[in-house]
Amino acid sequence: MARVVIVGASVAGVGVANELRRLGHAGEILLVDGQDHLPYDRPPLSKAVLLGEEADAGLPFHEAAHYAGIGVELVLGRAAVSLDAATRTITLADGTRLRGDAVVIASGARARRFPAGLAEGPVWTIRDLADAHALRRQLRPGMRLAVVGGGFVGAEVASSARKLGLEVAVFEAAPLPFLRILGPTVAAELAALHEGAGVALRCGITVDRISRHGAAQRLHLSDGGSEEADLVVAGLGCLPNVEWLEGSGLPLVNGVVCDAFGRTGVDGIFAAGDAAAWFSPLAGRHERHEHWTAAREQARIVAAAIAGTEATAWEAFVPYFWSDLHGRRVQVLGDTAGAEEVSFAHRDEARGAFLVEYRHGGRIVGVAGCNAGARTMRYLAQLAPAAAEAA
Amino acid sequence: MRVTIDKSRCIAAGQCVLNAPFVFDQGEEDGIVILLKEDPPPEQEEHTRRAARLCPAEAIKLHD
Ligand SMILES: Cc1cc2nc3c(=O)[nH]c(=O)nc-3n(C[C@H](O)[C@H](O)[C@H](O)COP(=O)(O)OP(=O)(O)OC[C@H]3O[C@@H](n4cnc5c(N)ncnc54)[C@H](O)[C@@H]3O)c2cc1C
Ligand code: SF4
Repeated sequence: MARVVIVGASVAGVGVANELRRLGHAGEILLVDGQDHLPYDRPPLSKAVLLGEEADAGLPFHEAAHYAGIGVELVLGRAAVSLDAATRTITLADGTRLRGDAVVIASGARARRFPAGLAEGPVWTIRDLADAHALRRQLRPGMRLAVVGGGFVGAEVASSARKLGLEVAVFEAAPLPFLRILGPTVAAELAALHEGAGVALRCGITVDRISRHGAAQRLHLSDGGSEEADLVVAGLGCLPNVEWLEGSGLPLVNGVVCDAFGRTGVDGIFAAGDAAAWFSPLAGRHERHEHWTAAREQARIVAAAIAGTEATAWEAFVPYFWSDLHGRRVQVLGDTAGAEEVSFAHRDEARGAFLVEYRHGGRIVGVAGCNAGARTMRYLAQLAPAAAEAA
Repeated sequence: MRVTIDKSRCIAAGQCVLNAPFVFDQGEEDGIVILLKEDPPPEQEEHTRRAARLCPAEAIKLHD
C-alpha cells in the first residue's frame, strides 16, 4: 500500500493527511515538520495570540489523539533538507531518510525580512508561533510601534497593538494600503478604519533605513523625513520555503511550479499551499496564493490526485480570505483586483458594515465585505455555480 | 443523523450555507456558522454531508 510523505504540517499538509484518510487511503502517512509544536494554525498569530487570548484561539488544528486515531505519524522537530526526486526520498536535518510512493511539498512560506544591512536594531516579523510569542512580550501600552508595510498581516499587528494601547504608525509605499488588490473604494474604507482606530497611516512613502536612537529606533523615510519608534515590525509579505529543494531538479519559480492538480511534473511528487505556484487555467499562468483557503483547497485536490479519486477542479475554486481589523471582520471573495466597476451594495454605519461588488463586463466577479459576513458569503453561489454542481 | 459545529475552527467560508442552507446559517457580522438544525430531516442529509465534506475548516461533525 502506498506510503505518503508530507513535508510541512500546516493548513496544506494537515489537510492532505486528513483528506487522504477521508478518501479511504489505507497506506502509511508521515507528516513532517521542522517545528516541534503540535501542528497549529497561523491566522490567530497576529490576532488572538498577540492579544493574549491564545487559549481560545483554536491554535492547534487537532489534539495529538486525532493523528494517532487516523493513523498519521507526526515527525516533528526535524526539517527536510533535501529531496531526491528520482527515488522520492526526503532527507531530514538529522540524516534520516524517508522514502514515499508519493511526496507532498507543503513547506509554506516565511516572512520577508527588512534588509538586515539597512537596520541597526531588531525588526520583528510574524509567521510562526515563536515569532508571535516573542513579539507579544515586547508589546506594552504607551510604546510607539512602527509597522513597515501595509498588508494584511501588518494591518492586523497594528490593530492588535492599538487594542493593547500602543501608539501605532503604518508605513505603506503605495498611495493606500490594499490599493492593488481591492481598488480605491475599499482601500479608502480600510484606511478610514485604521484612522478611526487611531493608527497614523503614512502612505506613498518607503522606509529606507533604520538607525538606533538611544533605546529607540529612527526610521529614515524616502521623503527625507524621519520618525521614531520603540518597536519596529515588518509586514512585507512572504517568500516560499523552497530552498531545501534546490538541486532536486524540480522547477522552482516563485514556489514549486505545478499544474492545476498540484503535480510537479515528476511522478508522485506534488506541492500545495503557500510553497506552490499552481497553474491557473483561468489566468493562464502560474500563481502562488498566500491565503488559508487556497492552501486548504489545494490540499483537497492533491489528496484526491494521490488517492485516484475525482475532486472539484481548481478553476472552480473561488478565492477567499478574511482579516480582522480593529474589531471588524473583512471578507473578500472572488477576483477583486482590476475590476472595471466597483459599487456599494450595502452600508450600515451603525454596525460598521459595508458590502462592495466588483464587476467586469457587467458580471459580478468578486465582493468585499466588512462586518457583513452572512451577506458577503451569499455571493458564493453566484460566483461558483460550477463548484457547487461538481462537488 | 446529528450535527455539531466547532465555531472556534470556522473561518466563515460559507460552504455550509451554500450546500445546505436549511441546516446552516452564518452570523450577520462575523459570518461564523450558525446551526439551524441539529437533526436534519432525511431529505437534508445528503446536503448536510456535502457541507461537512466541503467545509475547509473541518468545523462540521456528523454523528450517525
Ligand atoms: C500572522 C498571519 C496571519 C494570517 N492571517 C490570515 C487570515 O486572516 N486569512 C487568510 O486567509 N490567511 C491568513 N494567513 C495566511 C495563511 O496562514 C497561510 O496562507 C497558510 O498558513 C499557508 O499554509 P501552508 O500549509 O501552505 O504553509 P505554512 O502555514 O507556511 O506552513 C508551512 C509549514 O512547513 C514547515 N516547514 C517549512 N520548511 C520545512 C522543511 N524544510 N522541512 C519540514 N517542515 C518545513 C513550517 O515549519 C510550517 O509549519 C496568515 C498568515 C500569517 C503568518
Ligand atoms: S463551511 Fe465551515 S468554515 Fe465555512 S462557514 Fe461553514 S462551518 Fe464555517
